[in-house]
Amino acid sequence: MPVLRERRPLTARQRAWRIAIWLLLVAGALLVSLPFIYMVVSSVETNEQIGALTPQFIPNPIQWDNYATVWQQLPVGRFFVNSLIVAGAITVGQVITASMAAYAFSRLRFPGRSLLFAGYLATLIIPFQVTLIPNYILIHYLGWNNTYQGLIAPFISSVFSTFLLRQFFLGIPNDLEEAALLDGAGHWIIYSRVIMPLARPALAAVVIFAFLGSWNNFLWPLVVIDSESLKTLPLGIVEFEGEYTIQWNLLMAGASLSLLPVLAVYLAAQRWIVEGITLTGQGGR
Amino acid sequence: MIGSLLRRLTRRLAGTDSSYRRGDGRVALLFLLPDLIPFLAFTVLGVFATFGLSFSRWDLVTTPSWVGLDNYSNLFSDDLFRKVVRNTFVYTLGVVPLSTALALLAALGLNLKLPGSLVLRTAYFAPYITTLAAAALVFQWVYDPRAGLIDSVLYAIGVPNPPEWLNSTFWALPALIIFGIWRQIGFNIVLFLAGLQGVDRNMLEAASVDGAGRWARFRYITLPLISPTTFFVVIISTIGSFQVFDQAYVMTNGRFYPDNATNTVVGYLFQKAFVSSTAELGLSSAVAWLLFLFVFAITMIQFAVQRRWVHYG
Repeated sequence: MPVLRERRPLTARQRAWRIAIWLLLVAGALLVSLPFIYMVVSSVETNEQIGALTPQFIPNPIQWDNYATVWQQLPVGRFFVNSLIVAGAITVGQVITASMAAYAFSRLRFPGRSLLFAGYLATLIIPFQVTLIPNYILIHYLGWNNTYQGLIAPFISSVFSTFLLRQFFLGIPNDLEEAALLDGAGHWIIYSRVIMPLARPALAAVVIFAFLGSWNNFLWPLVVIDSESLKTLPLGIVEFEGEYTIQWNLLMAGASLSLLPVLAVYLAAQRWIVEGITLTGQGGR
Repeated sequence: MIGSLLRRLTRRLAGTDSSYRRGDGRVALLFLLPDLIPFLAFTVLGVFATFGLSFSRWDLVTTPSWVGLDNYSNLFSDDLFRKVVRNTFVYTLGVVPLSTALALLAALGLNLKLPGSLVLRTAYFAPYITTLAAAALVFQWVYDPRAGLIDSVLYAIGVPNPPEWLNSTFWALPALIIFGIWRQIGFNIVLFLAGLQGVDRNMLEAASVDGAGRWARFRYITLPLISPTTFFVVIISTIGSFQVFDQAYVMTNGRFYPDNATNTVVGYLFQKAFVSSTAELGLSSAVAWLLFLFVFAITMIQFAVQRRWVHYG
């Protein structure tokens, strides 16, 4: 029961507390953001500036060419497209597999449902690295090393996404589908016409987590991809480091190119991300 | 969250499951199959295969041979394995308490809804969402012992011999820990902010009227009320910390220098399977299985001890 209460005016002491806390929060946020700022600043510095022993925080002149140089020395465009293809396929795949399974777990009554779902949940704690070797062997025998399907297959379904959607589906009231059932609609119609449209917020969270999770994946591409033309963006940029003498301005330009799209997605979709984490207590990694 | 769900599930399993609907079974199978097939192939099969492989010697070329417990005894007598286990423990002990405590402090501050809270929360959360490998690359540059951000500032303010971070056997692991905290903190903040929503303001005000100070209100009201969240944060970040790999690999160009100071359990697993001249898939699987047992044990222990300090409302 919400209680209306008048706000007592803050005492001087309370105001001082609040200002101190605010200043601390701002200082912490600046500290946390510093690496990003440093990355962007370094990415437009000249070789001389970046090698200087005194700290250089203002690039002079601003050398935008670094981005063009990275783009020419590395098939960044190719990496970008690879990451997009892989992340796109994984995202679409997870939306389909997870929403259908979540429908079964939340709307259908079948023997062994609780047991099967408990089994699903139990695997949430299994780190991906635990199944890395068998997955690699399986992909090897399928002949999918160095292919898109090799990059995509292990992530086409996700217990986390299924869990997230099931939690959300349980919260959707039954009235609408009962009406649909009386009208003779089958489960496919209820799933695709009633539940899915109502589940947009949760689906948005799944899309974002699946996409970011795939975009960020490093270990799996590192294991299954050798050929330059199939590398994803993080793998391509990191392995670029090993090939040449380290030019930090170019590397930071590369890092910016791979981080800025992710940060943009985050800024645009922050609300869904936070809601998704709050709903399930996990992030999609 | 997952904890209460599991409890509800076990309660349901113990009792009789509610009514089944005729025909639902077949429909359910169709709805489940697209999810179930990859789940069985990559996760369930994977866990059992890791277990089986851990008793074999196999390089993917010759036929595998059964070696019993050899892989495990080799691991326990390998100095490098002991070192990576130690490193992984130190990393976890560094990241989990600090990222939990700092996140709780920040969440308490952000919960006051001071001006700009949303922007501040965005800033704290950004590292969690960024590509781990690319962020690690940025930190490798931040840690550069000559011109990097930290040491160039330290030189400028007159520190004669600033740490060489990733090049130093002593500082390399702390450098990884700092990165780990930076990355984890935003995620923990989001969970704590959600937990703090559940703290009854009236209760805090009543305590305040009764003369309880800030610390007393925090210690005896807020902290117990958010203990399920704290518990969850600790579990999730412990499990995550035990899988540390990407950042160590990237920051050391895949070599875990100096002298394996930044090598981790997963790094060792990766090297034995994919870097050494003959792939030691059996040995790597033994490492993976130990990792699984460890994560499982930690989760169980934490569920067991939570009774002492977690209060579910």
